Amino acid sequence: MLLSLFGVSLLVFFMVHLIPGDAALIILGERASKEALTELRKEMGLDKPLYQQYGKFLWDLAHLDLGRSFKTRQPVIDEIKRYFPATVELTATAMGFSIVFGIGAGIIAAVNRGKFWDYTTMFGSLAGISMPIFWLGLMLIFVFAYTLPIFPSSQRLDTILDLDIQHRTHFYLIDTLLAGNFAAFRNAIWHLILPAITLGTVPLAIIARMTRSSLLEVLNQPYIMTAHAKGLPKWVVILKHALKNSMIPVLTVIGLEFGYLMGGAILTEHIFSWPGLGSWLRAAVEARDIRPIQGGVLFVATVFMTINLIVDLLYAYFDPRIRISEGK
Amino acid sequence: MEERKGEIASRRRAYRQLLRHKSAVIGASIILFFVIVAIFAPLIATHDPRDADIMARLKGWSKEHYFGTDKVGRDIFSRIVYGSQISIKIGLFAMTFSVSIGTLLGTIAGYYGGRLDNGIMRVMDMMLAMPSILLAMVIVTILGQNLRNAIIAVSIVYIPQYARILRASVLKIRELEYVMSAKVIGASDLRIIMTAVLPNCLAPLIVLATLGMGGAILDAAGLSFLGLGAEIGEPEWGAMLNENRALIRRAPWTVMTPGVAIFLVVLGFNLLGDALRDVLDPQVKT
Repeated sequence: MLLSLFGVSLLVFFMVHLIPGDAALIILGERASKEALTELRKEMGLDKPLYQQYGKFLWDLAHLDLGRSFKTRQPVIDEIKRYFPATVELTATAMGFSIVFGIGAGIIAAVNRGKFWDYTTMFGSLAGISMPIFWLGLMLIFVFAYTLPIFPSSQRLDTILDLDIQHRTHFYLIDTLLAGNFAAFRNAIWHLILPAITLGTVPLAIIARMTRSSLLEVLNQPYIMTAHAKGLPKWVVILKHALKNSMIPVLTVIGLEFGYLMGGAILTEHIFSWPGLGSWLRAAVEARDIRPIQGGVLFVATVFMTINLIVDLLYAYFDPRIRISEGK
Repeated sequence: MEERKGEIASRRRAYRQLLRHKSAVIGASIILFFVIVAIFAPLIATHDPRDADIMARLKGWSKEHYFGTDKVGRDIFSRIVYGSQISIKIGLFAMTFSVSIGTLLGTIAGYYGGRLDNGIMRVMDMMLAMPSILLAMVIVTILGQNLRNAIIAVSIVYIPQYARILRASVLKIRELEYVMSAKVIGASDLRIIMTAVLPNCLAPLIVLATLGMGGAILDAAGLSFLGLGAEIGEPEWGAMLNENRALIRRAPWTVMTPGVAIFLVVLGFNLLGDALRDVLDPQVKT
């Protein structure tokens, strides 16, 4: 994992260096004097050879220093600390939503194989996979925020409530609870619902398909027949005997979907003006603000790889055979 | 000769199965529909897709403007019709580009193995360690923001998928007896790859490429929606959504139809891809 992180840092560093335009010129603007430009290049280390710049980049990275944004003048690491919790709140809710409903839909489809509910869920999930989520988000806003004003259409909290909250962790669900402000807590949940549905739809569809096919395979096993023969109720067989054994492929998919969620968050945050990492990265790309792009992409890749590692570890929990063979 | 006959027969069987497969027929019809619309766009469109008519701005659905007009009075129906040209082009180009580069890299990695394999797959893994749309965003920033570069970015992002699947199939096929015998006869590597290895990797590749076309169209539209793809004013579906999204309350029809168009095209490719997987590759049935 450390090795691939190193590789990704190399890739990100050189990709960002390929971005055309002189970084100093972008910061100071077209009318800057020559002296000022040379001064700034020197300050930023842009006059040094590339390998030295990369070395410094790695050195700073080891000290968790990702440089400063040109636009806001803030250290990139502080900005990540501020915006990342918003994205975590959003993606975690979306993931929870898609796991619960995805596995549920998959079970319903598998149990009713070849019947009406199977076809309905499977067509629904195919439609979900094909859904442009940026359009889905807009439609949800139109229906549930404008036509039927149930949910808010943007931001993480109503502005009036926001003023009362102290942002200690930047996780609004935690901050509002710490403040003991339950109205704000409820408000924060209310703000989460539409974006989470938007972001969770595609993973939901994929999880549903995977659960169905994996469960169907397990249901064909002899031990399931034995369980039925013993006269156990149908739902006990499905939920207790079959489901756990069919979870490995589903788990893989869930792990992969986290990568999708990080990407989908960029689109979702754009629609709902959600002040998270995605919106922040998009703004950085638009402004060609090099340090945040560099730091942000690297950060996202690290998170993504960590999640994959956790998924690998979870396999062992679900399938003791893996645990035993590796213990040898 | 016998073998050839058998091959033709199995291909015929696959076609017949495909024709009987409901989702294959529906998916192919949807794709065909959009291809026809794209080809005959000038005949189908009722207005010039870029022509602004200030007097007729934000009109709802009517006989004059089937899908209404946008904030500068452009006819949305005509823009969607012309938009199908752009989307089909994106899908075709991105698929061709990433399939050919991915095939090349995957075959080399799988066939030769060793260091070359390690090097290529490491780079592919690194690309997969980043969410695809993020990687595409960075590539667009490097190349400059326009539709052509967005297509290139999406194509690059899709390369690792094809490289991976190709490598896996090549690894399996490399060990088969007929490849061994070709080697013994003294056939060159290129000849073995072209005649013995690649034709047997086709099934998973076709499935993945069909699904990938839908994905590429979706991703390119997403980039345009973020303002990193098609220029403002172009009749590209994602860009149309981005342009009109602030108007959703006043004029919901401006964002309704472009989204439906994207959805249908992508659904078409997914339906067809799923069916192809069923027919061509019974082992990985999902």
